[in-house]
Amino acid sequence: MTDMSQDYNFAYLDEQTKRMIRRALLKAVAIPGYQVPFASREMPMPYGWGTGGVQVTAACLTPEDRLKVIDQGADDTTNAVSIRKFFERTADVAVTEATSEASIIQTRHRIPEQALSEEQILVYQVPIPEPLRFLEPRESETRKMHALEEYGLMHVKLYEDIAKNGHIATAFAYPVKVEGRYVMDPSPIPKFDNPKMDDCPALQLFGAGREQRIYAVPPFTKVVSLDFEDHPFEAGRAAHDCALCGAGDSYLDEVIIDDEGGRMFVCSDTDHCRTRREAGHTGALGVPEAFA
Amino acid sequence: MYVAVKGGERAIENAHAWLAEERRGDTSVPELSVAQIREQMGLAVARVMAEGSLYDPDLAALAIKQARGDLIEAVFLIRAYRTTLPRFGASRPIETADMACKRRVSATFKDAPGGQVLGPTFDYTHRLLDFALAAEGEVPPAPQAEPAEGPVPHITGFLNREGLIQQERPSEETPPDLTRQPLETPADRSLRLQALARGDEGFILGLGYSTQRGYAKNHAFVGELRIGDVEVEFDIPELGFAVTIAEIEVTECETVNQFKGSKLEPPQFTRGYGLTFGMAERKAISMALVDRAMRWRELGEDYVGAPAQDEEFVLYHCDSIQATGFVEHIKLPHYVDFQAELELVRRMRREAAEAQAAAGAAAMKEAAE
Repeated sequence: MTDMSQDYNFAYLDEQTKRMIRRALLKAVAIPGYQVPFASREMPMPYGWGTGGVQVTAACLTPEDRLKVIDQGADDTTNAVSIRKFFERTADVAVTEATSEASIIQTRHRIPEQALSEEQILVYQVPIPEPLRFLEPRESETRKMHALEEYGLMHVKLYEDIAKNGHIATAFAYPVKVEGRYVMDPSPIPKFDNPKMDDCPALQLFGAGREQRIYAVPPFTKVVSLDFEDHPFEAGRAAHDCALCGAGDSYLDEVIIDDEGGRMFVCSDTDHCRTRREAGHTGALGVPEAFA
Repeated sequence: MYVAVKGGERAIENAHAWLAEERRGDTSVPELSVAQIREQMGLAVARVMAEGSLYDPDLAALAIKQARGDLIEAVFLIRAYRTTLPRFGASRPIETADMACKRRVSATFKDAPGGQVLGPTFDYTHRLLDFALAAEGEVPPAPQAEPAEGPVPHITGFLNREGLIQQERPSEETPPDLTRQPLETPADRSLRLQALARGDEGFILGLGYSTQRGYAKNHAFVGELRIGDVEVEFDIPELGFAVTIAEIEVTECETVNQFKGSKLEPPQFTRGYGLTFGMAERKAISMALVDRAMRWRELGEDYVGAPAQDEEFVLYHCDSIQATGFVEHIKLPHYVDFQAELELVRRMRREAAEAQAAAGAAAMKEAAE
């Protein structure tokens, strides 16, 4: 019978695999926005749960790192908890919920509200890395389109949105152009977060496990959301203040609070909200942190 | 106070504890042992080994137990475990011609050297529930015979001798490894076969079936289906020769398919190939059908747009672990994205309502004038 030992290498992946991923990362950094194929491994969590991000994080982690994991902006959503525990168990790294204290932040669907620094790496979990996928299902075709910089189809789609709805009907995973060359899927972050990617001091890495792709936006890279002169990109958020901390400029979650249509709006970034409350900011339904 | 999303950590721990309890079921019923699953759920074990790409009946049985009998979940456990294993090298190709067959049937010849061996098959059982099994009685031993002497050559070999079937060209090239390189198309046949071998049985079955019903129709005979043990040999560099490191059970299916011939080649039969770990003949036959359908290019056939012909479609969607992960992930939180859409839809509805109201007011005004 096979030895059922519980011992795994630091951050789960063996060193050969990490080296393979780091090579892909280096290539990705060298060609901003280009999707680098990599031999994604089967991880102990399902595809769709962040296996790409987990592999990228595993390849970047050192024992000195301090890791933050968020899902939907929150540190305590179930999948964020699960991934954080995974790295606590397999890499024994320090973890934090404070954006400013983290050296690596793995995220699903959000960019933290607080500006990131040069000392930080932001790792995105990506479900479908191909921004052209919904226009052309074949990988063999979309790779050609990228190679030839043939992005007309994307502009036609955005134009048709405007013609039909008066707006570009994409509210998340809003396509961007990186350093004037590759059109890139920013992962399903709300378009509210898109401007944060531009000229960001932190290194931004993207991992798509099931689709076997890694891509990157190096620090201080130009990231432009696609738009038209007469229909400029708009970030967009709910027109409310956070009910807990009163923030009027953060991205909000809508929470249904009764069965009569009552709603409250609260910061999706839980660390941002808590930090503000600790600093004495209070929203309409909030109580100061000291009493919470 | 708003506390809804707090407590994720404790919720997870409690969910796991409940899951463990559910897995065990009624504790007044004796617990299944891994050995019981390995011995009595052999076909489930085979499927988990095949789709998990790891030949280890004990681990597969453990995975089935842990997964509460959900075979895709068990395959997933095996795949994740497989990731952590060091790789020492590659074995020599197995010789299925040297197989110790427990089953060997051909649909194309009534008899052939090596004979037809039904083996332990469901084929001619009448599917009547056997209530005697509910009583947990012992099974009387099956009659025994001496194994047939001599080799059991492949049926297609006989056709090959007459040039009646398209020849497979041997190659010394190291085949690509689906588990170590990212999948890129066009994929060569060895890569396609790897993907099919670990692909979901249900998906491959459905695709194979579709070829029979006319989506890339190419009538197939099962030239041969054989199940049995083969030796796995491994070259030991320090020794300078190969040693047998294991004996594994595999199922192999070769189909004999039609081919019209071309200007360069006279009419001859063509082949489809299926090979899986363990006893899995449904999978092996389906795999051979799909393999054959995907060979349209090399055999100079028309691409008729059938799903089974479409290599990119098949290879990117046949893996049960990839498929189940992505399909099921939509139950994870998506509030941020949904909120973004909510805002957009509200805004568009508001604008539409305003436009309608404005148009209505204009019409009223016109009517009044």
